[in-house]
Amino acid sequence: MMEEKNKSRRNFINYLLGGGFTLVASSVIYPIVRFMLPPKSTEAEPMAVSAGKVGEMHLNSGKIFKFGRKPGLLIYTKQGEYRAFMATCSHLDCIVQFRDDSESIWCACHNGYYDVNGNNVSGPPPRPLENLDVIIKDDDIMVSKIT
Amino acid sequence: MRTYITNIFDWLDKRYNIKVVIRFLAEKKVPIYKHTIWYYMGGITLLFFIIQVITGILLLLYYRPTAEGAFESVQFIMTQVHYGWLIRSIHSWSANLMVLFVFIHMFSVLLLKSYRSPRELTWVTGVLLMYISLAFGFTGYLLPWNELSFFATKVGTDIAGVIPFVGEFIVRFLRGGEDVTGATLTRLFGFHVAVLPGAVLIILAIHLLMVQRQGMSKPVGLKEVKREMLFFPDFFLRDFLGWLFAIGILAILAAVFPWELGQKADPFSPAPEGIKPEWYFLFMFQTLKFFPAKILIFDGELVATFIFAVVGIFWILVPFLDFKSKKEMKSPIFSIIGIFAILYVGIITLLSYFVFK
Repeated sequence: MMEEKNKSRRNFINYLLGGGFTLVASSVIYPIVRFMLPPKSTEAEPMAVSAGKVGEMHLNSGKIFKFGRKPGLLIYTKQGEYRAFMATCSHLDCIVQFRDDSESIWCACHNGYYDVNGNNVSGPPPRPLENLDVIIKDDDIMVSKIT
Repeated sequence: MRTYITNIFDWLDKRYNIKVVIRFLAEKKVPIYKHTIWYYMGGITLLFFIIQVITGILLLLYYRPTAEGAFESVQFIMTQVHYGWLIRSIHSWSANLMVLFVFIHMFSVLLLKSYRSPRELTWVTGVLLMYISLAFGFTGYLLPWNELSFFATKVGTDIAGVIPFVGEFIVRFLRGGEDVTGATLTRLFGFHVAVLPGAVLIILAIHLLMVQRQGMSKPVGLKEVKREMLFFPDFFLRDFLGWLFAIGILAILAAVFPWELGQKADPFSPAPEGIKPEWYFLFMFQTLKFFPAKILIFDGELVATFIFAVVGIFWILVPFLDFKSKKEMKSPIFSIIGIFAILYVGIITLLSYFVFK
């Protein structure tokens, strides 16, 4: 009888200690994990940016512009059309470039190719590039996210 | 002088009983036979690690871990600081040689089956040290903040993103944000100079203690060794001779082929051609290229990363899976695995240098 009582007391103490330890440990670990993860950037993504001036680029060429904190790629096709994409390769985050010899968009990291519409055509990229809207306003080539 | 030393020795011995350790080390013997040479590989790895610690601390005197200052500070080290080019070149060369000798040491242990009972945990700590060495290489590669290392780090950290559930968390944790930026540099710098050295010191101490406590392993089937040498001073002095030789090679490499700095990283310029990680990641990098974009419904990268993870865990568990050598029997399967791994890593690395480019 006495032993039974002691056992349940011991259990109670064990739970109390175990629970207390878990609480203390998690109240230490939680802030540490949160601290290690950087806060989300408060900088808003821009609605539209000017990627350049009309007449700056020659036919069949491309250039990198800043779309907020990320790189974008503006290309001027042989047919005289402007097209814009986010310049981040869909494969592993490298920055792509326009190649005038093959008239395509190329990622040097793993030899991935996209056509001038941003579709992945060869190599490892699993998805097309993210397309951006291009509007010519006066002399400015304005680029914005497709909504 | 002599009495001083004996007095200090006695003082310590009275308190810590160090005579036991000295006696143990004095009686320790190393077998001499055709594979004795492989016993020196771990020691040479240790030498390169010590050189890394010393040159690393020296570089810390001038290095600045920010996106604005990192490249310029390394440039300053290489052009203005007395012998700065040499210290940095030694740090880079010694890092590469250390990884090379980690591999040589590891594969010799694997092929001689020295990991078998009772030395399983020496192997486990050794494999962990190998992984930490690779982490040292990965984190250190970005620190000069040049074009090649910038994109290599983008790719390297992005791969972690394919891991289901926790991938995104790991990428953000490694990069200190969504992209590789100055925040990434500061983070990897912290890992490189604080977290990893701390981890190495603990595991390395355990590794070395276990090696000393258990002595050298003899390969399966080698029943009797005719000749032996004392660890002190015979083996120790030979070890030392090897170190001198290694230092000579390192000095030649560092002075004749000074490590280049390259172009400063620009987050708004396309990836240049010839983006490559350090040679010891090349076989993984190349393997990744072999995988198609999609395998059934899975991303090729996910499958590749999964395979790497399985192999990585298998590698740690080798002593527990090799049931034959545990019973002192020859285990050709693990020899074949070892030789296959050496050939795969070797051939793919060479191919990516000379054929795939």
